[in-house]
Amino acid sequence: MLEYLWIIPLLPLLGSAVNGLFGAKWPNRIVNSVAIGSTGLSFLCALEAVREFFESGQVLFHKEFFTWIAAANFRAGFDLQMDQLTVVMVLVVTGVGWLIHIYATGYMAHERGYYRFFSYLNLFMFFMLILVLAANYVLLFVGWEGVGLASYLLIGFYFLKKSASDAGKKAFIVNRIGDFGFMLGMFLLFRAFHTLDFQAIFASSTLEGWPAELSGHLGTLTFACLLIFMGACGKSAQLPLYVWLPDAMEGPTPVSALIHAATMVTAGIYVVARSHILFAHAPTAMLVVAVVGCATAFFAATIGLVQTDIKRVLAYSTVSQLGYMFLACGVGAFSAGIFHLMTHAFFKALLFLAAGSVIHAMGGEQDMNRMGGLSKKIRWTYLTMLTATLAIAGFPPFAGFFSKDSILLSAFQSQYGGRNVGYALYGLGLATALLTAFYMFRLIFLTFHGKPRYDEHHVHVHESPNSMLAPLMILAVLSIVGGWFAAPAFLPGGTDYFARFLQPVFGGAEAAGAEAEAHSLELWLAVIAFAIALAGALFAYWLYLKRPEKADGLAKSLEPAYTTLLNKYYMDELYAAVVVKPLLWISTNVLWKVADVAGIDGAVNGIAHGTTAIGDGVRHTQSGNTRSYAVWVVVGALVVIAVIFFWPFGGKTVIGMVR
Amino acid sequence: MVPTNYYVVLSAVLFGLGVFAFIFKRNIITIFMSIELMLNAVNLAFVAFSQALGKLDGQVFVLFVIVVAAAEAAVGLGIIILIARNRQTLNVERVDLLKL
Repeated sequence: MLEYLWIIPLLPLLGSAVNGLFGAKWPNRIVNSVAIGSTGLSFLCALEAVREFFESGQVLFHKEFFTWIAAANFRAGFDLQMDQLTVVMVLVVTGVGWLIHIYATGYMAHERGYYRFFSYLNLFMFFMLILVLAANYVLLFVGWEGVGLASYLLIGFYFLKKSASDAGKKAFIVNRIGDFGFMLGMFLLFRAFHTLDFQAIFASSTLEGWPAELSGHLGTLTFACLLIFMGACGKSAQLPLYVWLPDAMEGPTPVSALIHAATMVTAGIYVVARSHILFAHAPTAMLVVAVVGCATAFFAATIGLVQTDIKRVLAYSTVSQLGYMFLACGVGAFSAGIFHLMTHAFFKALLFLAAGSVIHAMGGEQDMNRMGGLSKKIRWTYLTMLTATLAIAGFPPFAGFFSKDSILLSAFQSQYGGRNVGYALYGLGLATALLTAFYMFRLIFLTFHGKPRYDEHHVHVHESPNSMLAPLMILAVLSIVGGWFAAPAFLPGGTDYFARFLQPVFGGAEAAGAEAEAHSLELWLAVIAFAIALAGALFAYWLYLKRPEKADGLAKSLEPAYTTLLNKYYMDELYAAVVVKPLLWISTNVLWKVADVAGIDGAVNGIAHGTTAIGDGVRHTQSGNTRSYAVWVVVGALVVIAVIFFWPFGGKTVIGMVR
Repeated sequence: MVPTNYYVVLSAVLFGLGVFAFIFKRNIITIFMSIELMLNAVNLAFVAFSQALGKLDGQVFVLFVIVVAAAEAAVGLGIIILIARNRQTLNVERVDLLKL
C-alpha cells in the first residue's frame, strides 16, 4: 500500500465525484454507502500504509508519482511522502473524518441537498489528504487551497440563507489574505533554495552548511517563515485573521466538527511543524509564532466567556486551542503542538458533534439561554460532552491534560527571547487554561443543568439516533485514552512516547533542555494547571448553578468589559471600518465607476459607436442604384487618367506599376 | 489622309457621349445603346492606332470586341425583354429591388 499511497486521497475524490455527479437522484442509503465507504476504505488504506511504513523501518518514505510542473530545472511533482508526522495527520484526518461522516448520515438525514453535502465532505477529505501527504510546498498548496474551497462550499451549504453565504465568502476572502503571504513565502524559499521539495530544502539544513545570509534574526528565512506563518494564521484562524472562524459556524455542525475544529484549521500548525527546520533557524519568526499563538489563545478565550450560542463558544474555544498549538510550535515544542493537535481533534470534534446532537435534540435551537436541564433527557450526549469538556479543560487523566501540560511546560522552559518571555507566555497560557475551564463548564451547566428554560410543550427533547451516538462514544473513548501516549515522565510508567515517536521528524529542532529539568518541576506545573482548571470549573459551578442570579449581577457590575466581550472586542466593526469600507469605496468610485465604466466600457463602446458611425456614413455610397456605381467607375477612371497626365512623375509610376 | 488625332478625338467624343447617355438616360434600351456606342468608340480608336502604327494587333482586338458585343447584345436584349415582360416598364429607376 505504501507504494500506492495515492490511493488514500483518490478514494474520497472518487466518492465525491460519484456522489456529486450521480447522487442527486439516489436515495440517501446509497449516497451514504458511497461517502462512508470511500472514506472508510481510505482509512483502512492509511492504516495499512502506516503498518507497512513501520514494518519497513524507514525514517521517511518518499515517492514521485508523476511530474506536474517542469520548467527549466524547477520541478513540482505529484510526490507523496510519509513520516511520523504524516502518520499522525493521516490517521487523524481519515479516522476522525470517517467518524464524522457516519455522524453526518444521522444529522443530515432530513436535509435537502444530502448528496451535495457528502460530495463536498468527500472533496474536503481528498484535499486534506493531499495537504498532509504532499512532499513539496507546491502540492501542499494545492491541498491548502482545496480545503479552503471545500470549507467555502460547506460553510455556505445553506446558500439560500444570506448569513451563510456571507460567512462562506468571508472565510474565503480572509483566507486569501493569508494565502497571499503563503505564496510569497514559497517564492522566497524558491529564491533561496531553487527548489520547493521538503527533503531538498531540509536536507541542506545542517547549521554549518547553512548560508549565513539566510538565517539569523533578519535573514531571508525569517521573512519566509513569517510569510508562511501569515498563511497559517489565515487557515488556522489566528490573530488578526481569526474573524472568519466564528462565522463559519453557519455551516452544518458536522462541517464545523470536521473542518473548523478537527482537521482543516490545524493545517496551519501542520505547515509550521512541517517547516520546523526553517523555523528553528529563524528565532524571530519563532518568537512571533509563540506570541501570536499565546495572544490568540487568551484573546479568543475571553470572547468565549460570554457568548451564548453554543457553537460560537466552541468556535472561539477552537481559535483559543489553535493558539495553544502555535504557542507550542513557537517555543520549539513541535511534538507537543502536534500532540495537542491530535487530542484537540478528538475532543473538539466530540464537542461539536455533541453540540450538534444537542441542537438536533432541541429542534434547531442554538442559544444556551434557552436550554438547561437536558442532562436527564439526552444522557449519552451529556456524558460524552462532559468527557470532552473534562478533556479540554485539562483534567487528568483526560487527553487534554497531557497535551496542555506539555505545552505549558515547554513555554515555561522556552529559550526564545529570553527566560522572561517564556514565563510571560506560560502565565498567559495558564490564564487561558483558567478561562477555558470556566467557559466550557459554563456551557455544560447552562446546557445540561439547572432548570429548563425552553418551552417544554413545544420542544420535544429526544436522544439522537445511534448513527450519531456511536461516533460520539468512540471519540469520547479517544478523548480519554488519547493522551496516554504521552504520559509525562513523573507518572509511573510514563515515558513521553509521543515525543519519542516524532523524534525522527523533529529531532534536533526540538527545544533542548526539556530533559534537563528535574521532574519535580514538571510535576509542580501539572499540579498548578490542574488546580487552575479546577478553579475555573468550580467558579462556573458557583456562578451558574449555585447562585445563578450572581451571573447577571457580575455582568452588570462589569458592564463595559462585558459588552466589549459580547461584541467580540468590536473586531468585525473595526475591520469593516478600516478595511472593508475604504475598499468598497475605492472599488465603487474608482474601479467601478472610473476604471470599469468610463475606461474599459467606454473604450469598448466607443469603438463600437465609432464603427457604427463610419458605417452609417459610408453606407450611402452603396445606394443600389447601378448608374451611381457607373459614375464612381467614371470618376475613378478620370482620377487615374489625371494622375497619369498631371501628377509630377505620377504617370511613370502608374505605368511602371502596370508593366 | 486624315490625321490620327482626328480619329482619336472623334473616338473620345463618342465615348464621352456614351458615358453621358449611360449615366443620365433612364430607358434601359437607350442605356444599352450607349454601351454599344462606347464599345464602338473604342473600336474606332483601335483601328486608328492600328493604321497609324502599321500594326494589325488593333484590328484583331476590334474583331474580338465586335464578337463580344454581339454576344452581349443577345444576352442583354434577352434580359431587357424579360424585364419588360415582368415589370411592364423599361425605366431603370424602377428596377430597384436590390436597393437598400
